[in-house]
Amino acid sequence: MLPNPSTVESVAAAMDMAELRGRSLWADARTRFSRNKAAVVSLVLLILIGAFAVFGSYLTTHERDFIDFSLTGRYAYLGVPSFETGHYFGTDADGRDLYARTVQGTGISLMVGAVGALVAVTVGTLYGATAGYFGGRIDGAMMRIVDILMSIPFMFVLILMLVIFGRSIFMLFLGIGLISWLDMARIARGQTMTIKNKEFVEAAHAIGVHPAKIILRHIVPNLLGIVIVYATLLIPNMIIFESFISYLGLGVQEPDTSLGALIGEGARNMGNGVLWQLFFPLFFFVMTIFALFFVGDGLRDALDPKDR
Amino acid sequence: MSPILSVRDLSVTFDVRRPGSWPWTPARKLHAVSEVSFDLAPGECLGVVGESGSGKSTLARAIVGTVPSSGGNIFFEGADLANMDARQRRVHRRDVQMIFQDPLAALNPRMTVGEIIAEPLITHEPKTPRKQVTSRVRALMERVGLLPNLVNRYPHEFSGGQCQRIGIARALILKPKLIICDEPVSALDVSVQAQVVNLLMELQRDMGLSMIFIAHDLSVVRHISDRIVVMYLGRVMETAASDILTTAPEHPYSQALIASVPIPDPVLERARPRPILEGELPSPLAPPSGCVFRTRCPKVQPSCAGTRPALQDIAQGHQVACPFHAAQQVLAVTG
Repeated sequence: MLPNPSTVESVAAAMDMAELRGRSLWADARTRFSRNKAAVVSLVLLILIGAFAVFGSYLTTHERDFIDFSLTGRYAYLGVPSFETGHYFGTDADGRDLYARTVQGTGISLMVGAVGALVAVTVGTLYGATAGYFGGRIDGAMMRIVDILMSIPFMFVLILMLVIFGRSIFMLFLGIGLISWLDMARIARGQTMTIKNKEFVEAAHAIGVHPAKIILRHIVPNLLGIVIVYATLLIPNMIIFESFISYLGLGVQEPDTSLGALIGEGARNMGNGVLWQLFFPLFFFVMTIFALFFVGDGLRDALDPKDR
Repeated sequence: MSPILSVRDLSVTFDVRRPGSWPWTPARKLHAVSEVSFDLAPGECLGVVGESGSGKSTLARAIVGTVPSSGGNIFFEGADLANMDARQRRVHRRDVQMIFQDPLAALNPRMTVGEIIAEPLITHEPKTPRKQVTSRVRALMERVGLLPNLVNRYPHEFSGGQCQRIGIARALILKPKLIICDEPVSALDVSVQAQVVNLLMELQRDMGLSMIFIAHDLSVVRHISDRIVVMYLGRVMETAASDILTTAPEHPYSQALIASVPIPDPVLERARPRPILEGELPSPLAPPSGCVFRTRCPKVQPSCAGTRPALQDIAQGHQVACPFHAAQQVLAVTG
């Protein structure tokens, strides 16, 4: 049976009137991402880990820096993980609550990743886009600076800095901020070189748009896909980097802690029958890194469908 | 009537460096456009034709200002665009707008159609109230044949012809005086080409636009333009009114171009004689001495290698850069 012609016409008229919402490339990418099961599961896991780092401290009555002297020397059998004592993850070698310490360690590790990614995305992208857009001598000079900074063995310099200026979390963030944007600048520059030869950039130039606005309005939004992908893959590297520094005992200082420091301590006490001291921080560390890699992978598939 | 645009001896050269050469070795010069002169009257449409690599697009870009010129003048309403600094130039750009070859590539994929069309307006008149911007965008979309309710769509949701209409709307929103179309229909289907060309002609008539229309398809150019300039290797070979140029071309290169236009009738097409050009376009890095067309010219004479033939007036508004244009047949065969 055919529908009533007048209804069809009125529906058609209503469709003409309505301002249609377009499907942006971002919306397309969201749909593609949500089809990737591993990435979605990892994203949920990542959110849970983030919530654990932020709100985990409300679930325990123990302070992370309170040393329970009643456990001294007996923590191997009194400090085991149990719900009765309230030490869900047990205690560390000094009798401090490992749950509260893991919460803080996860928080610091995530923060290191976030700071690294933030610096990389803002400084690296703008620096690379500027160099790539102007090209020629400006590009040459700007990228040689990056080359010089990259040729410095940063781990060595950072360790020296931590030794000279004192071990502080600020120093650690500074060091991570200094190196994280270099790779990003190179990637952004390379992409900008291809984007700037597209006709829409020339069109903007012909219209008379100021170069700074061309970079911000036309180049950076088209870079963002690859930048986001690279940033999610950069975060785990930054976390590993921080953990390595803290594992060496140079990063975060007592009584504060990070996952690297906790894993380091757990590894030193491995032979004393207190494996939980290693495994709880390690679990959160591995989960964070894996989740970030899967999310980054999903984002890459979602944002660059060509490269699959 | 005084011309709206006069181009005088415009040259554009690019420095080409061999990869790995030292910074102090002199760069080789690529002559994309050499000593091109023409006038454009208000409301006139000038066609520019020539094969790939003849410098048509570079000429357009030099006039719009996305490519720096290396010599000559571009007088637009008396002001010399070629010798302006970047800031003055940006102000002058609102009167000269461009329509691009690849309709989809000329639109930023991350911006909505409304944002794309409004960009020239918010760049040159940043104080326009938002309501007025949207109403002007919608009116213009209607004018170029797009439904105004599509303002929030993205370019990839449109067909090639629609994308070109978006590009036309963007070029028109500032009510420019001169529009430069760089092969605006060569990426489109033939049926869509006709629609877009007719739209351009209609807009040109209604808004009193001057237009430079670049194409390598002579039948399209003849349809739209009043006068045609034939370019070869960066130089003007012939200028004439479009019906004269397409029916009685004088320069051997124009004749070869006209002869290469297919006739949509197989019997006639097979029957007609065809002076086919042999060889390739010479390298613009080392253009031939004398007449640049002599390496492929069917009427070539020994003297062609000597001095470069100047454009000579042979009739009202008809100029040819060939001293042997009147020769009926091939005078001598060389090489």
